[in-house]
Amino acid sequence: MISLQSYLIISAVVFILGILTILYKKNAVGILMGVELILNSVNLNFLAFSKYIDAHINGQLVAIFIIILAASEAAVALAIILNLYRDRANIDVTQVDQMKN
Amino acid sequence: MIQTALIIWLLPLAAFVINIFIGKRLPRKGDWVSTGAIGVSFLLSYYMLFQILGNYNPDFALQASVPWIDLGETFKLNMGIYLDNLAVIMTVVVTTVSFLVHVYSIGYMHGEPLYNRFYAYLSLFSFSMLGLIMWDNLFGIYIMWELVGICSYLLIGYYFEKDSAANAGKKAFITNRVGDFGFLIGLLIVFTALGTFNLSDIHQGVSQGQLSGGLLTAAGVLLFAGAIGKSAQFPLHVWLPDAMEGPTPVSALIHAATMVAAGVYLMARLSFMLSLDAMLVVAYVGGFTAIFAATIAITQNDIKRVLAYSTISQLGYMIMAMGVGSYTAGFFHLTTHAMFKAGLFLGSGSVIHAVHHAMDKTGSHGDPNDIRNMGGFKDKMPVTYITFVIFSLALSGIPFFSGFLSKDAILGGTLAFAMSQSNPIHYLLPVFGFGAAFITAFYMFRLIIKTFLGQPQKPELYEHVHESPKVMTVPLMVLAALSIWFIYTLPSVNPMGAAGGWFMHLIRQPISAVAAQLGHPVYIITEHAEHAAHVNGIIISIILAFGGILLAFAFYFWKKVDVEALTEKIKPLYNLSLNKYYFDEIYQATVINGLLAWNNLLKWFDENIIDFIVNFSAKVVRVFSAFDGKFDNLVIDGMVNAVADMTLQFGRGFKKLQTGQIQYYIMGALLGTFLIIIFTLI
Repeated sequence: MISLQSYLIISAVVFILGILTILYKKNAVGILMGVELILNSVNLNFLAFSKYIDAHINGQLVAIFIIILAASEAAVALAIILNLYRDRANIDVTQVDQMKN
Repeated sequence: MIQTALIIWLLPLAAFVINIFIGKRLPRKGDWVSTGAIGVSFLLSYYMLFQILGNYNPDFALQASVPWIDLGETFKLNMGIYLDNLAVIMTVVVTTVSFLVHVYSIGYMHGEPLYNRFYAYLSLFSFSMLGLIMWDNLFGIYIMWELVGICSYLLIGYYFEKDSAANAGKKAFITNRVGDFGFLIGLLIVFTALGTFNLSDIHQGVSQGQLSGGLLTAAGVLLFAGAIGKSAQFPLHVWLPDAMEGPTPVSALIHAATMVAAGVYLMARLSFMLSLDAMLVVAYVGGFTAIFAATIAITQNDIKRVLAYSTISQLGYMIMAMGVGSYTAGFFHLTTHAMFKAGLFLGSGSVIHAVHHAMDKTGSHGDPNDIRNMGGFKDKMPVTYITFVIFSLALSGIPFFSGFLSKDAILGGTLAFAMSQSNPIHYLLPVFGFGAAFITAFYMFRLIIKTFLGQPQKPELYEHVHESPKVMTVPLMVLAALSIWFIYTLPSVNPMGAAGGWFMHLIRQPISAVAAQLGHPVYIITEHAEHAAHVNGIIISIILAFGGILLAFAFYFWKKVDVEALTEKIKPLYNLSLNKYYFDEIYQATVINGLLAWNNLLKWFDENIIDFIVNFSAKVVRVFSAFDGKFDNLVIDGMVNAVADMTLQFGRGFKKLQTGQIQYYIMGALLGTFLIIIFTLI
């Protein structure tokens, strides 16, 4: 029997990885991947709590929502990234700073 | 009858409106409009006269009025007509003289450039004068009073391109204003005390004693001040001689017969409210004016000025008559004087007209009014001569002429007054009157001798003098007929007195409101005095009139006395009279220069004191503003700028945080989350 803590630890690790990916990747696609990691760690949390504490399917429902949301988010983000690439032939986010000051 | 009166009154107004707007485009420049209008008024006024003659009732009176101004309880004014015998006869006098003057002017003013305007003004004058006569309250009378004043101003200044005429018009108007100011104050006193302008209400109010004592006297004297101005009494007589700058028909109508008599008419209208003291003021002003103006007339060389001073003198008579309570005599003299004095002016106009044309023909220049350019016109202008002599006889007070009756009535009245009073100083009044009668006869015949008799002074002019056209001589003949005695004494034909005639019967002194208030007559004139005065008055005045005429002939015709030498002997007196007692100069030196000096003082005060204060306060304000400006610039603006600067600096500082690097923002969000978590846990 896998305990709740094991789920949470895995989830936290994935979450940290996601955060670090977002903070340190220069590649926009990489950042997008980090975002997916964070979302999935949250999914994992929801499913774990659903199984051990709530005993209803509310957590699983939210997880499905998040999956749908992540899919649409990925679609929008990829479209932005594609436009970014067309504009400047790379997708380095450190160079995308027209909004500064 | 009221309707008739209204038509009489309003026809000249219609003529004025037509003439002033479209007169220039009408055939004959519209003279027939004015003449026709006044002609109809003239006929209708005689219709009214025959009606009152039919009534033959001394107490006849008609009144009709409509509400005009209504301000509730405080002020109500009716517009109405009051017709009594006095008003009807005055209307007849005005329309008669006015109509004849209109006709005469067709000849006299022929070819004048502003012909239509002249007729328009004449019509306006007739309208205003008739309104003055008929209106039933003092307010309306005052309006019309001012209107005749403005007509007088316009007509005196008819030849306004001449400086002297323009100035004479101004002088007449301003001098009249002085008197009218008194009139206005008198009106206000009456209104304050009685709350009405209506003549019959005033009568009632004074009878009941609502206005009495000193205030009543003041009201009477102040109202009389208006008459002093309008009727050219001393000391406001100076405008009338100068008013001769106007065309001669105007002098005849306005400045001899009607407008100047308005003052006398007003005193007749108001005689019921004159207190004893007010009446004495009236009597002495009139009496003094009578003799004072007569002495000036002796030495004048301008034919119209002699007549002007004569007019002042005769108006003095009428005023004096009003003052001594000889109401009927005063108004009688007004009526007869209007006829023969208008005639004298029209006659002098005829002479001036002739001399003027003669001067044009011979190309000589000079004053056509100057009697030193005349002489011997008798044969050249017979109609003018004969009518002029008739008028002069009437004016001098020779029996069988109207002037004798009226002047004698006045002189008898003053004599009776003096004899009835205990104070012998009142004999001054008959002395003034008889003295003036003597002088009048003298200067009128001096004028006739110098103008019509003797040798021509300027033979070259004499050759070209012609009788005036019929349109001018017929009015003279009509007026001459109206100067015959029996016109006024019918049904009696007694040449020595008008008692028993229609005029004396119809014109009775109204019951004095002051007497009703006091409970006894204002004057007590004994019957004995009246009788004695009547007989003595006739004898003395006939002697004096003939004496004056004989003296004039002795001086100027038979030349029994060397006039030049006599003049030299009494040079100071002669100069005094020739220069009109230096009244113009005195007024120039005192009133006018005094006012000018006062004005200069005010100007200096204005320029130096008031302007200094204004400028000083302006300077103070400027200094304050400069300080205030600095404060604004430095302190207020500094504070505002400091806030702005601070914001700017903050902005500059914080803007560095906004790098545009999305990862920094996420970093910040994370840090913030951690901080929140830490704070929550603590």
